[in-house]
Amino acid sequence: MMSDKLKQVDPSGAERVTLQADACVPGRRRTLRLPWYRVGFSLPILIWQMIFFVFPLLFLLTISFWQVRNFRMVPAFEWTNWRYMLGREFFWDAYAHTFAMASGATVLVSAVAFPCAYTIAFKFRDSARQLLILLLVTPFFTSYLVRTYSWQVFLSDNGILNAAFGYLGFGPLPMLNTTFGSYVGYFTLCLPLVVLLQLFSLMYLDRSLIEAAHNLGAGRVRTVFLVVIPAARIGIVVGALFCFILTFGDFVSPLYLGGGQPPTLSTLITDTTKSGQQWPRAAVIATMMIVTLLIVAFASVKFAYRRRA
Amino acid sequence: MNEHRLINLVLRGFVVLVFVFIFTPIVGSFVFSFNIDRFPSLPLGGFSLHWYETVAADPAIWRAFGNSLLVALVVALVSTLLGFTAAYTDFRYLFFGKSVYMALALLPPTIPVVIMGLAMLSFLSRMGLSGEIYAVMISHIVMCAPFAMAVIRMRLAQMDPNIEAAAWNLGANQWKAMRFVILPFTAPSIFAALFVTMAVSFDEFAVAWFVSGLNETVPVRILNTLQGQVSPTINAIGTIVFITTMTLVILAQLLLMRRQKKPANA
Repeated sequence: MMSDKLKQVDPSGAERVTLQADACVPGRRRTLRLPWYRVGFSLPILIWQMIFFVFPLLFLLTISFWQVRNFRMVPAFEWTNWRYMLGREFFWDAYAHTFAMASGATVLVSAVAFPCAYTIAFKFRDSARQLLILLLVTPFFTSYLVRTYSWQVFLSDNGILNAAFGYLGFGPLPMLNTTFGSYVGYFTLCLPLVVLLQLFSLMYLDRSLIEAAHNLGAGRVRTVFLVVIPAARIGIVVGALFCFILTFGDFVSPLYLGGGQPPTLSTLITDTTKSGQQWPRAAVIATMMIVTLLIVAFASVKFAYRRRA
Repeated sequence: MNEHRLINLVLRGFVVLVFVFIFTPIVGSFVFSFNIDRFPSLPLGGFSLHWYETVAADPAIWRAFGNSLLVALVVALVSTLLGFTAAYTDFRYLFFGKSVYMALALLPPTIPVVIMGLAMLSFLSRMGLSGEIYAVMISHIVMCAPFAMAVIRMRLAQMDPNIEAAAWNLGANQWKAMRFVILPFTAPSIFAALFVTMAVSFDEFAVAWFVSGLNETVPVRILNTLQGQVSPTINAIGTIVFITTMTLVILAQLLLMRRQKKPANA
């Protein structure tokens, strides 16, 4: 079943037919025209992303070795910026804090998203599911900044939630400018996406697996942990990975809901860049972040597609 | 059986809670935008259009809207074009290094926006472009083209490659086959890609914040407002943008549905 699908999309099929088509029409030198057409369709994105995506990232790596003299960047090849950043305790504090916050958000968001995605996938009728998916897409069309600001109104000391707590006879609880606030922001940023990604892998799961597990006497919980989660592993891992990438790089939630203390790597970058011309130092932080993300991404893809023993 | 129903009830209740969480800030911002108080609390203050009037009277916001619209239009057109060529290349050709090619075409959205912002700022300012509106357009095209490509590629996956080959066998050259076979088939996804990229660009604040200089877009204006004095005009702007975006999305959806009903004349 799977291989049929693959064959249909496989462009090599089309390629082979092309050659046949050329062979069928004698006298036409289509091979001469082919490169223009092919090049015209294949090259634009390659050129664009080389110039405006790969070059800027490489340039970022380059300027991490440059020097700042008289508020201007001067080309150089020195390890000064690296030594400066990696030798400072505040950098490693920020690194550890960012990594811990992002990991925590990844685990919590995935754990909250899974029961939700599971229920939407298996416990709702098709029409209801369609509606819920539509609702999950809606947040992507609202501004993350506006939602963050809205949370400020809910979470602040004399905000909506604390007023409600007051009526119930307790509080006020500090929520804005706390770690809790950061996490509310991270959930706002990631939860809809993670639920959607998990949902897609659960929806296309082979349901006879679940029936088989039940028939073999596995209980509900055992079935979920030993059958459903392993079978939907790719969606769960990809969702978690996106959550990690988004929260690791987010500077809005930690700053406007978490209070900015202690700083995260992304707030360090914005501070270093926006106040003063210390771009080379910011480039060191950015490079460290990219290396971290590459390692995490590589490890999780490896884990998701690993063959089961 | 009773236990089964109880579990289902709990699970559904949990789904409701998740959706309440997701929609709290969205509905909240809508409600606060009509609220007279600068710091809304319970009980809510009276109804007012004050924040909308403030927004309408602020020339900086009008300029930001103009910038955002211009950027979004250019970005939608260019990134959909680039996305289309990339999706078609992936659909039709197999070549050495294709996985690298695809990675280049798809990776930009996975790079954290702060890093993209810093990279674009340092690179474009070296080229003398930073602070210009083109800088925002260029960065957004890099970030949006992958979305356009994904949308169009999904549509192409539904197409039998033999249809294009059949057109060649019937005497159409490659450009004609493109014009009369591929383009009509992918038309709905091209429109969808235009709207999606427009929405992504219209909403992007971080990279735009780094490179836009004095040419603020709407999200950059919101970010700068957030940093300064708290102002509920953010809610009013957010509501206007949300209604605009949703109108675009719903229009696109209606357009697609009408097109799908009418079979192509061929």
